[in-house]
Amino acid sequence: MAATPGSAKKRIPLTQQARAYFLRHAQTMVGALGRLSGQPVANVMTVAVIGIALALPIGLHLLVENGRELSGNWESVVDVSVYLHEVADAARIETIAGELLDWPEVSAVRIIYAEEALGEFAELSGFGQALDALENNPLPDTLVVTPADNFTDAETLAGLGEALAAIPEAEMVQVDTDWVKRFNAILQLIRRTVGLTAFLLALAVTLIVGNTIRLDIENRRGEIEVTKLVGGSDAFVRRPFLYGGLWYGLGGGIVALVLTELSLLLLRGPVARLAGLYGSGFELRGLGPGGIAVLIVGSGLLGWAGSWVATSRHLRDIEPT
Amino acid sequence: MIRFQNVYKRYASGRDALSNLSLHITPGEMVFLTGHSGAGKSTLLKLIAMIERPTRGQMIIRGQNVTRIRRKKVPHYRRSIGMVFQDHKLLFDRSIYDNVALPLVIAGLPDREIGKRVRAALDQVALLGREKRSPIELSSGEQQRIGIARAVVSKPPVLIADEPTGNLDPELSLEIMRLFKRFNAVGVTVVIASHDLGLVEQMGHRVIRLSGGQLAGAERPDGSNAR
Ligand SMILES: Nc1ncnc2c1ncn2[C@@H]1O[C@H](COP(=O)(O)OP(=O)(O)O)[C@@H](O)[C@H]1O
Ligand SMILES: [Mg+2]
Repeated sequence: MAATPGSAKKRIPLTQQARAYFLRHAQTMVGALGRLSGQPVANVMTVAVIGIALALPIGLHLLVENGRELSGNWESVVDVSVYLHEVADAARIETIAGELLDWPEVSAVRIIYAEEALGEFAELSGFGQALDALENNPLPDTLVVTPADNFTDAETLAGLGEALAAIPEAEMVQVDTDWVKRFNAILQLIRRTVGLTAFLLALAVTLIVGNTIRLDIENRRGEIEVTKLVGGSDAFVRRPFLYGGLWYGLGGGIVALVLTELSLLLLRGPVARLAGLYGSGFELRGLGPGGIAVLIVGSGLLGWAGSWVATSRHLRDIEPT
Repeated sequence: MIRFQNVYKRYASGRDALSNLSLHITPGEMVFLTGHSGAGKSTLLKLIAMIERPTRGQMIIRGQNVTRIRRKKVPHYRRSIGMVFQDHKLLFDRSIYDNVALPLVIAGLPDREIGKRVRAALDQVALLGREKRSPIELSSGEQQRIGIARAVVSKPPVLIADEPTGNLDPELSLEIMRLFKRFNAVGVTVVIASHDLGLVEQMGHRVIRLSGGQLAGAERPDGSNAR
């Protein structure tokens, strides 16, 4: 008889214990995966549902990002028109233009003299002869000020407009910030919507995983009781379920990735053709390596979180009797 | 080793399973708990195993007052107590090896060490060589031996068993009891609940008789009173 009373852990070096600990984690992780493969149909369905739920906000996100790309630097096409008093002569106008170029918020200034403007207008409008009948040129000399790249938001533009209006020679300043505001507002709205959708669907994923794990816990009640009876700690009992949740999340993330990439593949051709018709070289962009990493890690964490909630709520109640 | 001082256990149903029970089991002792059905034998073992908590009184086990031990500390405490059950409580979806190895896996032992100890434990219950099988393939007596192997694999100083021979014929019962005796012989404190008085008396160890949750008499086999 070899049995002598004493602690099971006696005489085993710490390094070996640490090694055993990590090895055990790895075994539990693989074991959880093996367990999932024991019920392929049900688990494939669960993973597919998670994948679809994740693919939705990702698709919306890509839509917004591509839309932004497509619109390019729309904001920077905003120009400020400064209409000048009649009294300003050409030399003075050029001096003003030169001074404006020194302003940090100004990247370019174009001068449109009244005659040029009239000629252009006559040509474009077809009112040439009618305009000839006018004694005076009704159009003012104009400075078209292009703001610097980092001064294009609505507030700065408004400030620039006021500054320009303060120039003595300026008669009137026209800043069309409304559509910039609208564009930003719409973008903000879409982004907020995407964020909200993402949040709700992430919640849905944790609930799906949580419920699946809850059923799993119910099915393995006997095993949990026995494990607790022979000294299994809460953490030990919980571990396989947490890894199970992690696998559900990771599986769902991979499904979402495949779904997104497939959709992009299907859309890429038609989008390129459409862009070609508009003379644009625009191309649909995918998630990229960074995005994929975020998706996979994030989905794994969601699965883990779902399982964490389920195990927190249900494992405690299962005690041996 | 195991000391109960005026222990009461009242279940939520209002039933007093144990009342004012005091007893002392010394280290290395082998003790039988007997009494009619409902006398409180299982309850007493459940208190030792921390499956139930005493309503009143003190429990000092291995020098530690465990009466109000924190929930978090219970798993570690249980590792020092090997438990054997009438219904074996084996996991049929795992191999015999994995069943016996469970306490060692929980204790965090390296695989190689676990292998050695599991084989040693299976050897002690004469079931070596069946590790890969499922316990479901075994007879009830063999399943009980697996249960015992699991209880002793981590070499706990205390072994408790609740009706370990409840489902077995007399011959197998005797075999199981001899097995417990062998563990006791190497220093393990053994407490066995059994209503099989004939078998218990045959074993020649102290008998604690319960009746209605109280001590009905604790006698040496020679008839002298132990307390
Ligand atoms: N979980 C429980 N809830 C309520 N009453 C219980 C519970 N377990 C046991 N009892 C009662 O406590 C008394 C002692 O039971 P038990 O300890 O199982 O006795 P024994 O093992 O000696 O047959 C019995 O009357 C039983 O009905
Ligand atoms: Mg009983």
